[in-house]
Amino acid sequence: MAKKKIKVIISKVGLDGHDRGAKVVASLLREAGMEVVYLGMYQTPQSIVKAAVEEDADVIGVSYLSGEHLVFTPLIVEEMKKHGLDDVLLVAGGSFPPEDIPAMKDMGIDEVFRGGSLTGDIVKYIEMQAGGQED
Amino acid sequence: MAYMPKHDAKASSDPFLGLTPLKNMSGFEIKPVYGPEDLTGLDFDRDIGRPGGFPFVRGVYPTMYRGRQWTIRQLGSLGPPDQANQRIGQLVEMGATGISVCLDMPTIMGRDSDDLLAEGEVGRCGGVAIDTIQDMRDLLAGIDLEKISINFVSNSQSAVILAIFCAVAEERGARRELLSGTLQNDILKEYQAQKSYYFPPGPSLRLTLDTIAFSVKNLPRFNPISISGYHLASAGANPVQELAFTLANGFTYVEEGIKAGMDVDDFAPRLSFFFKAHNDFFENVAKFRAARRIWARTIRDKFGAKNPASWRLRVHTQTSGSSLTAQQMENNIIRATIQALSAVMAGTQSLHTNSFNEALSIPTPLSERLALRTQQIIAHESGAAWTADPLGGSYYVETLTNRMEEEAQKYFQIIEDLGGVVAGIERGYFQKEIADSAFRYQQAVEKGERIIVGLNLYTEEEETEIELREVDPDFEPRKIVALKEFKAARDQDLVRAKGDELRAVCQSDENVMPTLISAVKAGMTLGEAVGHMRAVFGTYREQAIF
Amino acid sequence: MGRSHKVSPDDLAAGLLKGDRRAAARMITLVEDQDERANEMMKLVFPHTGRSMIIGITGAGGSGKSTLIDHLIGRFRGMDKKVGVVAVDPSSPFSGGALLGDRVRFQSHSLDEGVYIRSMGARGYLGGLARATTDVVRIMEAMGNEVIIIETLGAGQDEIDVIHVAQTCLLVLTPGMGDDIQAMKAGIMEIADIIVLNKFDLDGATQCLRSLETVIHTGMSEDKGWTPRVVPTIACAAKSSDVQGVDELVQNIMDHQAYLHRSKKIEEVRFKRIEQELGLVFKDEVEKVVFAGLKGTGKKRQYIESIRAGKNDPYSVVEEVLATFLKEEILE
Repeated sequence: MAKKKIKVIISKVGLDGHDRGAKVVASLLREAGMEVVYLGMYQTPQSIVKAAVEEDADVIGVSYLSGEHLVFTPLIVEEMKKHGLDDVLLVAGGSFPPEDIPAMKDMGIDEVFRGGSLTGDIVKYIEMQAGGQED
Repeated sequence: MAYMPKHDAKASSDPFLGLTPLKNMSGFEIKPVYGPEDLTGLDFDRDIGRPGGFPFVRGVYPTMYRGRQWTIRQLGSLGPPDQANQRIGQLVEMGATGISVCLDMPTIMGRDSDDLLAEGEVGRCGGVAIDTIQDMRDLLAGIDLEKISINFVSNSQSAVILAIFCAVAEERGARRELLSGTLQNDILKEYQAQKSYYFPPGPSLRLTLDTIAFSVKNLPRFNPISISGYHLASAGANPVQELAFTLANGFTYVEEGIKAGMDVDDFAPRLSFFFKAHNDFFENVAKFRAARRIWARTIRDKFGAKNPASWRLRVHTQTSGSSLTAQQMENNIIRATIQALSAVMAGTQSLHTNSFNEALSIPTPLSERLALRTQQIIAHESGAAWTADPLGGSYYVETLTNRMEEEAQKYFQIIEDLGGVVAGIERGYFQKEIADSAFRYQQAVEKGERIIVGLNLYTEEEETEIELREVDPDFEPRKIVALKEFKAARDQDLVRAKGDELRAVCQSDENVMPTLISAVKAGMTLGEAVGHMRAVFGTYREQAIF
Repeated sequence: MGRSHKVSPDDLAAGLLKGDRRAAARMITLVEDQDERANEMMKLVFPHTGRSMIIGITGAGGSGKSTLIDHLIGRFRGMDKKVGVVAVDPSSPFSGGALLGDRVRFQSHSLDEGVYIRSMGARGYLGGLARATTDVVRIMEAMGNEVIIIETLGAGQDEIDVIHVAQTCLLVLTPGMGDDIQAMKAGIMEIADIIVLNKFDLDGATQCLRSLETVIHTGMSEDKGWTPRVVPTIACAAKSSDVQGVDELVQNIMDHQAYLHRSKKIEEVRFKRIEQELGLVFKDEVEKVVFAGLKGTGKKRQYIESIRAGKNDPYSVVEEVLATFLKEEILE
């Protein structure tokens, strides 16, 4: 039986073009053996979720750097629900105040990896939550 | 709980922990000690010279800070133009001698506050929302534009920002010959790193040259461009890449200016630069010194500039934002201090110090004040400003300076072989180099080969409570209403006619600035102006490069 | 998680035939992973396939093929056809991971429900890339996509095999990159029905066009009924009005399709596709049967030891295994 690969969508949302972190995380997840679909900049909640559906992604990872995390998170979560992606992990990385994190989790984000997080931790988390699950 | 790194907080105090061999960010192996043997062959007069004298390694002016202190230039922007205006006033009162104004994300992307794509992003992130000439009036109310130099951190929309600025200055009777200020206006680094471009390189460069030509003719004290390495470094470029790519971009603008029919001495004196001051103190200093020497020699010997003002590489510096950690944020005060001191000892003309909480939000009154005081303490208490190029003559610094120049020359050769900067951009060369450096840096941090205190060493479980600045959630709807009212009150036919004029001039060879100025005076918004330009120039899409 | 498949093959297949994207996505995952339910599902799906137009597009990185595909998708959508795209990206040989960045380049269709895009890394499929892609294309057909576009780099044998799944094969070249010579050497030229000379605004474009036309007319093509055509294009432009050659390209694709149908060559194409498919499925299933049979018996280890000890050789081993196992399985 083939090893089940973990498929991750990495995307930015909105107008922000700072993509260093998203690219580095995408590369490091690839090094860890995952299949990463890199959507890049200027995506919308709709385009991200459409990609997640078509690619049968296990994880959606969003990069927030310009204060847009509380605006876009509920929109992404809503779109995910609309398309039945309840079992897809939603994680966020980037720059946001720690006191917003509980709110983000209430909105539906599963885990948050702020600037300074180590990719090893991100990989471990994803593998634990999304990898090797067979029914 | 957010995931925190799990390295041992009680590690030894060995400063070389993890680093074997000891290499700086540019990849140079650093010896335990440097001596005269490292500088054999160095000709003092030819290679170093005196401050204010060719090749300007020791500084662009003979007396440096004794003649004139560097500009203390702090960020004076907030989302609402009137609040930004207040903040500018406060900063000036606290001792800032220059101001930087950032734009909000919609404005950066050439969209008005009522644009669909602007939703949720108006006035955030310490950027001011500039849609119309009224916003600029509010931003600059009560500010003496002949005395306070405003640096607009504006790139793809620079022509429009400059037009609005000139229109307001004219209204206020400020004399063009005395208007000071800066436009960042560096489109090449957008393609390479920051990615807020709109049009393809050809039209973008044309607009850049239009702003430079207009400025050179009409605003003799204004700096129409700030050729930036800061953003390249933030995207991942190491210091020698920052040095090489920034200068390569600079030389490209010079070539374009000459192609556009200007004499190099007409515009080169008004070109300014913007570097990052990152953590490695001596590497920074070497970078600036090497930059000045490379620029002076190239501009004089290759481009034939005869005016000494053309030979002088003037720099604005910002301490490194990407070095700030969200963990143990007060550590960032130390980082900004070291970086600022390094910039002063490197001979910067203007300096911005980051606030310690900028890893998580825009500055708060306390952190803002601290950042300002950092520069003032350096200026008044440290003695660093008393003598020009205080590190000149140091075996280490002179060696590093030479080494950085050597490595930069290698990059210049590669870029030339690729066919130049624009060709390199189209082939993704810079983007790939930068992404590779970013990747390697992250790997080094994760392996513990590069230490970041508080992040992968000396970590703490608890985080101290730090005050953060909140964004006013009502600003966006208010701004949209204000914009609607502004648009309703203007002469629609006139604005439409100006739109046609603008498209026509974009399609021609003429300078766009006069048309743009009259358009914004008539009430055209920034988003509308950019929209007209997009219709003529098209939109650029990059291929994602890893 | 996204890949927990508690749904039965029947439900998934039913959903797929109704055009449900999630069902399609999950089915594709199951065939990629060679899940044990995959074959059952493919049996249900197969009768509903075989009627779509399948276009294969191959070309080196930087040739602009993704941008071209972006335009082609638009044109086919304009004809009110549903489009499925399989974008094959290279995988890391070491970690097995992949960075799939192709769908980024189809931005104009990121919200179109009539377009289904799936990225595939080139490695890590137990049966090989060709087997996986073959099944994925069938799934996309069954979903209701009238046009399927397969994009590959054309860099390895695997990817050339993939192109055999397609009916109309496009090779994308650009002037001055020296790949017209490379392509000839690699033999890819032999399977291209249409050669797209993209970035036609670059220096040397016209010379390149002429040398390609010369090569073609020296009779390299196997199929005497169709001479490969060269279409110059400029796919990447800041303004859509500056894009050139796409309409001509579409026309040429439709011409080739018309030729296939008119000359009944399409039957030969279909035959070859099924022949290849059969071969791939056969190989996989035989392997599965044999290894399933050997598993747990310790025989595989014994065989290897005996070869190592010089008492046996791989050829005799295989003969013996096939003789025993196949006879047993088939006669069961």
